[in-house]
Amino acid sequence: MSEDPRLTALVSAAGTLFRDQALDAVRAWKARTGGLAVGFLPIYVPRELLHAQGVLPVGLMGGRPDLEIIKGDAYYQSYICHLPRSTIELGLNGSYAALDGLIFPAICDVIRNLSGMWQMLFPHVLVHYFDVPQNFDPGIGGAFYRRDLEALATALAERGARPLTAEALRESIALYNENRRLVRELYALRRREPWKVPTHELYVVLRAALLMPVEESTPMFAGYLALTSADESRRPQDQARVLVAGSFCEQPPLALIKTLERSGCYIVDDDFVQVHRFIRSDIPVDGDPLQRLVDALLTDAVASPTRYIAGGVKGADLEQRLAESSAEGVLFCAPSFCDPALLDQPMAVRAAERAGAPWTAFKYAENSGQFQVIREQAGTFADSIKLWSNA
Amino acid sequence: MSPAPTAAAPARKDDSQVRQKAMIARHFDRLAAAPETGARTAYTFVPGNLTELLLSFDVLPVLPEINALQSAMRGKTAEYIAIAEKHGHSEDVCTYVKSDIGMMKSGNIGPTGQRLPSPDLLLLSYTGCFTFMKWFELLREEYHCPVAMLHVPYQADGRITDAMRTYVVDQLKQVVIPKLEEVTGRKYDEDRLREHLARSAQAEDDLVWVLQSAKNVPSPIDAYFGAVYYVGPIFSAFRGTTDAVDYYRELREEIAERIRQGKGPVTPEGEVERERFRVVVEGPPNWTSFRQFWKMFADEGAVAVASTYSKVGGVYDLGFRHDPDHPLETLADYCLGCYTNLSLPTRIDLLTRYVSEYRADGFLINSVKSCNSFSAGQLHILREVEARSGRPGGFIESDLVDPRYFSAANIKNRLESYFQMIEQKRPGVAS
Repeated sequence: MSEDPRLTALVSAAGTLFRDQALDAVRAWKARTGGLAVGFLPIYVPRELLHAQGVLPVGLMGGRPDLEIIKGDAYYQSYICHLPRSTIELGLNGSYAALDGLIFPAICDVIRNLSGMWQMLFPHVLVHYFDVPQNFDPGIGGAFYRRDLEALATALAERGARPLTAEALRESIALYNENRRLVRELYALRRREPWKVPTHELYVVLRAALLMPVEESTPMFAGYLALTSADESRRPQDQARVLVAGSFCEQPPLALIKTLERSGCYIVDDDFVQVHRFIRSDIPVDGDPLQRLVDALLTDAVASPTRYIAGGVKGADLEQRLAESSAEGVLFCAPSFCDPALLDQPMAVRAAERAGAPWTAFKYAENSGQFQVIREQAGTFADSIKLWSNA
Repeated sequence: MSPAPTAAAPARKDDSQVRQKAMIARHFDRLAAAPETGARTAYTFVPGNLTELLLSFDVLPVLPEINALQSAMRGKTAEYIAIAEKHGHSEDVCTYVKSDIGMMKSGNIGPTGQRLPSPDLLLLSYTGCFTFMKWFELLREEYHCPVAMLHVPYQADGRITDAMRTYVVDQLKQVVIPKLEEVTGRKYDEDRLREHLARSAQAEDDLVWVLQSAKNVPSPIDAYFGAVYYVGPIFSAFRGTTDAVDYYRELREEIAERIRQGKGPVTPEGEVERERFRVVVEGPPNWTSFRQFWKMFADEGAVAVASTYSKVGGVYDLGFRHDPDHPLETLADYCLGCYTNLSLPTRIDLLTRYVSEYRADGFLINSVKSCNSFSAGQLHILREVEARSGRPGGFIESDLVDPRYFSAANIKNRLESYFQMIEQKRPGVAS
């Protein structure tokens, strides 16, 4: 039985957007609508707010392995991760010229300082450092966060975006709720039947959505979900079910994801392109919509290593994800020099061990090109899981 | 491989240094005795610390960064880092964290050879460094003690907004102070806090005078290596104490005398007799080879006339003083204003200003692998300051406390080349 050609076409179209580093699709959208486009770095910004003001949120994930980094490397020492280098490179080579602004979420010190560099390198664009609170009390951190959202909305309006209204924001929240629901369904399908949703394919679809308005990415997700669910040509194989942790900011090369799958792993949960899942549930559309956005971040965001875990047990989320995904092991797969991921890793390892899950760890850079060692490591890990499970 | 450092002669010490050493010894005696005396201890950080608030509750501060750098100066960090890496910590991350964890796993013996008490509170009050948050998450798993978190927003647009100040003050009122009350069983005493804050401001005046004395030619101080000692009390457990007030008064008098005598700075090897190069330095020092590193400058007659490291616990020369009339607001402004919480453009402005105001021949960046807060963006800083100041910039790389990342021969070569470059670019020197 051969694959449904509509599925092949959808994935191919997503692949074209995935490779669109010069943001041609964004330029086309701007030409079509006359709206503003604002980029954001991983891992989360409230896209609903931008959308409600008629702004296209554009997810930037650094560079691909084929991007030659020349200028970017001149800005960073050898011990700094790769994402800021490629971001600078793409900025300086004009790839981001279509963007009217860039939002820098509070991920780590490198991204924080990059926001200042951007202010100086690109003084004509809006630069907003998105300083999410680490205090989750609604009256303290929530109040601070709300003021930051209001400041962002004002800054966007000053650049020509529509002023923010409650009605528009409610509509945007509803649109993104549907978008997130479909992503959750895709992840659930992959947990149940990982052969139906190969991660290297899901990943490309998720990345493509970063360059599309939500009105287009939602039908794409729905189409992919329907087509891949129905495709009987995809049959289960004897693979180990693994959870991949640590790749929430600088993304692994697509070839690395393929390598893990080819080495005998079904990736049944991951941290890739986390913006689609950073808020875990629907955001209510009643009441004050801006406060709803605030509350969602305070109470319903994933336990990212970039967030302070004030209460409970550190790593409890990983244990929960292991249980929900029935993963048989964890691949700690973090970018080199990624402080949040690597500083979290000893605590995450202990969580995996509490859950009785075997684990292994390796690092990558977004431009890694050689995967033989990782393939052997992951393959041996998958084999050991399968052998141990059958014992 | 780096050549082994030669055996050093005993370091020369001024009276103020002797006083400081005694202050530190008394503090560690109190810490060592805490299990018997019942004194409460809080582990906390240097940038954005709340020492006055802790003292108003009679809580003794312990600063893991200081312990890590002291461990490096005692040659212990290679061992401690290896222990942490054996426990799963990556070779890529901050070596202060690994040194601290290695020290803890080795019995938590502090810089004076006495055991440090376990914390009664982890006061996660930090500025300008994301790693601190992870550090205390890691320590929380080890110590199982209460944690108070004070999140300080970043000055991304180069200014403190009312929203930022309100956020910090709200946290002080509703999180930090109640936690201190809970841990100590004492009520918050604002009058007591004001007394400490007034003493802080007094000491801060004298510190600024000392650091700005480097505007003299020759400079009577080294504002990078020497300043490490000058800022020690005020950035750590002593701000707000009479000890600190007395120390800075004595230090100021010492420096005033040096100016009167037209003397250069004192180094561990003796005085710099001829000031050949005046440089502004960005970035923390290397601690594992601190004395050797300093000597590389002193041997060339290079004197640091200003540094950003000496502002890591407060950029007092921009005018900030702790204000007893607005106790919580002033603590918020202090936290928000520490050097690594300043935006990159602000840091560039500050460095350019230092080069001009301190009549520097150039500026040098020591980029340390452990600290992205300082280091990410320093090559951009280098280009910008060079362009704006018209003075040559130099760039060397090392680490805070990991001896594997201090290549003495390499750094010495680079420094010598850099000083030659300054010499060649002096007005009147033919190219």
